[in-house]
Amino acid sequence: MPAPAVETSAPVLRLDRVTKRFGGLTAVDQVSLQIYPGEVVALAGDNGAGKSTLIKMISGVYKPDDGHIFLADREITISSPMEARSLGIETIYQDLALCENLDATINIFLGREPSRRLLGIFKQVDRTKMLVESQAVLKRLDIRIPNLRRPIREMSGGQRQAVAIARAVYWNARLVIMDEPTAALGVPEQRKVHELVRALKQQNVPVIIISHNMQDIFASADRIIVMRRGQKVGDVRATDLDGDGLVGLMVGAGET
Amino acid sequence: MGSLWAWMFLALLLIIFSVASPVFFTPTNLQNILANMAILTIVAFGQTFVIIAGGIDLSAGYVMGMVSVVAALTMNRFPPGSPLWLVVAGGAVVGVVAAWAAGLVNGLLIARLNVPPFIATLGMFGIARGVGFLFSGGMPVPVRTEGIGRLGNGYLFYYHPTAGWSFLTPPPGLVQADLRQVVGILPFVLIVMAVLLVVAHLILSRTHFGLHTYAVGGNKEAALRAGIPVERRLVTIYMLSATFAAAAGLIYNVRFTNGAANAGEALLLDTVAAVVIGGASLFGGAGTVVGTLIGALIIAVLANGLVILNVNPFWQFIAVGVVIIVAVLIDQARDKLVRG
Repeated sequence: MPAPAVETSAPVLRLDRVTKRFGGLTAVDQVSLQIYPGEVVALAGDNGAGKSTLIKMISGVYKPDDGHIFLADREITISSPMEARSLGIETIYQDLALCENLDATINIFLGREPSRRLLGIFKQVDRTKMLVESQAVLKRLDIRIPNLRRPIREMSGGQRQAVAIARAVYWNARLVIMDEPTAALGVPEQRKVHELVRALKQQNVPVIIISHNMQDIFASADRIIVMRRGQKVGDVRATDLDGDGLVGLMVGAGET
Repeated sequence: MGSLWAWMFLALLLIIFSVASPVFFTPTNLQNILANMAILTIVAFGQTFVIIAGGIDLSAGYVMGMVSVVAALTMNRFPPGSPLWLVVAGGAVVGVVAAWAAGLVNGLLIARLNVPPFIATLGMFGIARGVGFLFSGGMPVPVRTEGIGRLGNGYLFYYHPTAGWSFLTPPPGLVQADLRQVVGILPFVLIVMAVLLVVAHLILSRTHFGLHTYAVGGNKEAALRAGIPVERRLVTIYMLSATFAAAAGLIYNVRFTNGAANAGEALLLDTVAAVVIGGASLFGGAGTVVGTLIGALIIAVLANGLVILNVNPFWQFIAVGVVIIVAVLIDQARDKLVRG
């Protein structure tokens, strides 16, 4: 196994021999890994390699049967996706979980809308604040979306992805997990997503990308963690690996 | 607000009926249209929230009838000579509680037990209907309270060519012949409808609850993941619909001085039509209170105009039926246009 990338600062997230079993099947088998600030880590592996199960333990969907999860050196147990979010772990699913009938500003604030008082009594949603703050966070990420008051339905795939990322950043994500972020996108839109990932990196927010897409992986990842049959079989700097090498790790070619 | 074609269709109806009959476009007739549509419109306001949330409330009309019955029975329990406000308040409290029970059951079935809204509220349609008829013995329940009809049919101002203006009651000292010349301005029911219009509009467009109504109808899963208390919101939405139905039932009480289990029988078609004509999507996620008002206006103008033109009133059902189908077709065509 190639030597893991070496980082100097403390990891944001650390998994220590995390295991998840479903009946007789060990979906994730004693996986340990570290994610450092501002790092983009691709999680690669064939179907059924255990990527999703691993991610779901970090985002609070599953509870590990064994092992420990540390967030900034403090051990945590995550019992629900809501709890993961409140800890600063934001997962952006493939379907993005946006309300397509509502505009970008509302989607960024959905579930946590700011309010102001009308005539001192009537509590109402503060749409002006949502617009101003949305513009600010999009500017910080260097994202340009003309007319934020359009419903999401009328936006392109890349713009939707941008809204989902802006939502994560606005709520001070400490770690962003992206599940197949480019799966449904055309090539120009894929590039935009890669730019977004770089923007997140510049905010010093680490990103874990689950992907099948070699272009995704090599365009944005600093480090690649490869899984096969529930085990971590590779943890390599992206520059130390090429496409063939990665596929080799994923499918286990070259193993004797 | 409200789709462009709905405004245009309303304008077209107004022009057609104005040309066809000289009595249609008169202040008195227009005011009558507004007063007569109050019950339909108020129930439709509640239906607006439900449809935006991606549901439907089939029971609202019979909940309204049930409320009118239990409220009438309650009002009749007060001893003669009780103050009018107390009698009405008593009827209102019992009526609203009955409506809330219905709305709560609808909401819990749909939000907690995942019963499809169509089935849950169809069940409540039958239950409310049965309860209304059982309590009323199958007959309308006349409200015997003195002065109750003045509340439902009174005006804020009155005008008489010689006696001049008066407030709340017709100018005093007029004989029967003179009274026929008195013109009422601003019916109480119209004022109640206007107040509820503003309340419903503010709730839907300004509050967190209103925003969440759109979110739940747009993408329930996303709303859940965003931390919106979807179950609680849905229960509140169905209780709100029942509350508007209760308000309509009470208006029926004071306007027709009785309660009747089938008071809201025709409202199912009319309220859903009003909401959909007003631009709401039956798939959820879209609609406005002002749009619903336009939809209700179209139905009310159609009804009034056809009567004035001496058309058999049964044609009204056919006309509204056609309009609702056309409205949904337009809604779908618009969706296709947007989605490409």
